[in-house]
Amino acid sequence: MFDVNQIRKDFPMLNGKKMQGHPLIYLDNGATTLKPQVVIESVCDYLTNYSGNAHRGDYDLSHEVDEHYEKSRDIVRQFINAKRKEEIVFTSGSTDSLNMIAYGYGLTHLKANDEILITVAEHASNTLPWFDVARLTGASVHYIDLDETGRLTLENVQKAVNENTKIIAVAEVTNVLGYQAPMKDICQFAHERGIVVVVDGAQSVPHQVTDVQETDIDFLAFSGHKMCGPTGIGVMYGKYDLLKDMKPTRLGGGSNSRYNSCGVVTLKDPPYRFEAGTPHIEGAIGLGAAMQYLMKIGMNHIHEYEQELRQYCIQKMLQLDNVEVYNPHSMGAIAFNIKGVFSQDAASLFNSYGIAIRAGQHCAKILDEFLKVSTTLRASFYFYNTKEEIDAFIEVCKKGDDFLDAFFK
Amino acid sequence: MHSLNDPQLLREIIMDHYEHPRNRGLVDDDSYLKINMNSQTCIDNLDIQVKFDGDKIEDVRYDGEACAICTSSTSIMSELVKGKTKQEAQKIIDNYMNMIYEKDYDPEILEEAIAFQNTYKQANRIKCATLGWSGLVALMKESEE
Ligand SMILES: Cc1ncc(COP(=O)(O)O)c(C=O)c1O
Repeated sequence: MFDVNQIRKDFPMLNGKKMQGHPLIYLDNGATTLKPQVVIESVCDYLTNYSGNAHRGDYDLSHEVDEHYEKSRDIVRQFINAKRKEEIVFTSGSTDSLNMIAYGYGLTHLKANDEILITVAEHASNTLPWFDVARLTGASVHYIDLDETGRLTLENVQKAVNENTKIIAVAEVTNVLGYQAPMKDICQFAHERGIVVVVDGAQSVPHQVTDVQETDIDFLAFSGHKMCGPTGIGVMYGKYDLLKDMKPTRLGGGSNSRYNSCGVVTLKDPPYRFEAGTPHIEGAIGLGAAMQYLMKIGMNHIHEYEQELRQYCIQKMLQLDNVEVYNPHSMGAIAFNIKGVFSQDAASLFNSYGIAIRAGQHCAKILDEFLKVSTTLRASFYFYNTKEEIDAFIEVCKKGDDFLDAFFK
Repeated sequence: MHSLNDPQLLREIIMDHYEHPRNRGLVDDDSYLKINMNSQTCIDNLDIQVKFDGDKIEDVRYDGEACAICTSSTSIMSELVKGKTKQEAQKIIDNYMNMIYEKDYDPEILEEAIAFQNTYKQANRIKCATLGWSGLVALMKESEE
């Protein structure tokens, strides 16, 4: 049984944290998420009871670290249903993963006149590396049209693909509009044409069941901190054959098996060739704990409950004359504005009631060309949010016109 | 002088300058120094132009996309320093920054700018309330070079 009140007890930040004198209502889960006690404890446990390096020592302590670190890798494998744990590379987050894919795979496989397809709804982290790799290789970046609501459809992918298309890099769920891309269909279509599909899972993996074998995606990037894990840890998943065919973007200790003074280097097999240097060990351990926590609740239950919250919130928002919602029918974040109020001023008003929501362009700086508004407010939920919190949020939406109240309290 | 304790009046000052910003709009004139003030952490993005006549600030212009706090604080700033000498302007700027950062300041000299006296309570708005002012400081410095 999914019991949100029970769940909330697991999160110290939901039990006593205040903002502007009000109990914190955290609706910026697209940016990062709160951490349950089990994650905090797993990190402290490493720091307190077995802090040593991984893969580096011939003594019991080091072995103990290895076991925990590698166990986390296997938990990640299970979480996204990868075929083998060697397909799981620990990175510092989605941004790091996407850069590794762009420079490690894109740069070595693209040539002049090749095409990379993205959309205008992509996060900067799934846009800027491709711009640069295109510049370096003579390839070019093109945009798959979104449909009139902002959705990515198979039909539009089919229209955008041509014989030069080599890579499609898209978010499974976008961070402002929150629509789900039909990943399985896109992959099937792409693979028939030898196109590699890179998926930005930063906003999808934390909120729904992920099955990389079912969708057949080639690469997947996501961040631990957006799914109850620590900051500074994330994952790059790649099909094993693709990883074998990919160049590490960082070289150094731990990633090679031998080298000599002539500069001949033999790299280790994936994933280790991509993990040069001492990794974020407590981060990986914390991410493992977070994923176990999420799996225990059940990603399907989490997804269902979040959709229920979203529906509840949207229904109330659509009744307000002074609120404009840009994506009533998607499933991720709610993008909206309070009419006549600059988004940043509105966010301050929410802040003054203890409500955390984000204002701005949300790292999707070319999306304004689609939305025709330059900035928006974004409310994003996680499974620990409640309808009562949404009620409080709606009350502040109604006060929109008094946005300067925030300044004079 | 304005009552320091009347939030209603202070609000009205901000709203008035937000809805009717003074000296807004850039001019196409090379005798103005110009700077883009683009907050790297938020949305505010203003171009600011200042025309100096020797030691005097003859004109202040600005335009761009900015929130209510940023727009109104820049509008008020433009009115306060227009026609003043650089030294007089510097004194106003110093007092304004002192107010923003909770140090001692002279409210009299700040006139309408005292509407921003509560900025420190919303720490994330300090950038908004100082963006235009910092642009003026940068241009005053440039004019000395
Ligand atoms: C869709 C999307 N991609 C990538 C990122 C980047 O994630 P991180 O900052 O953890 O690297 C984010 C986070 O804001 C995101 O929402």
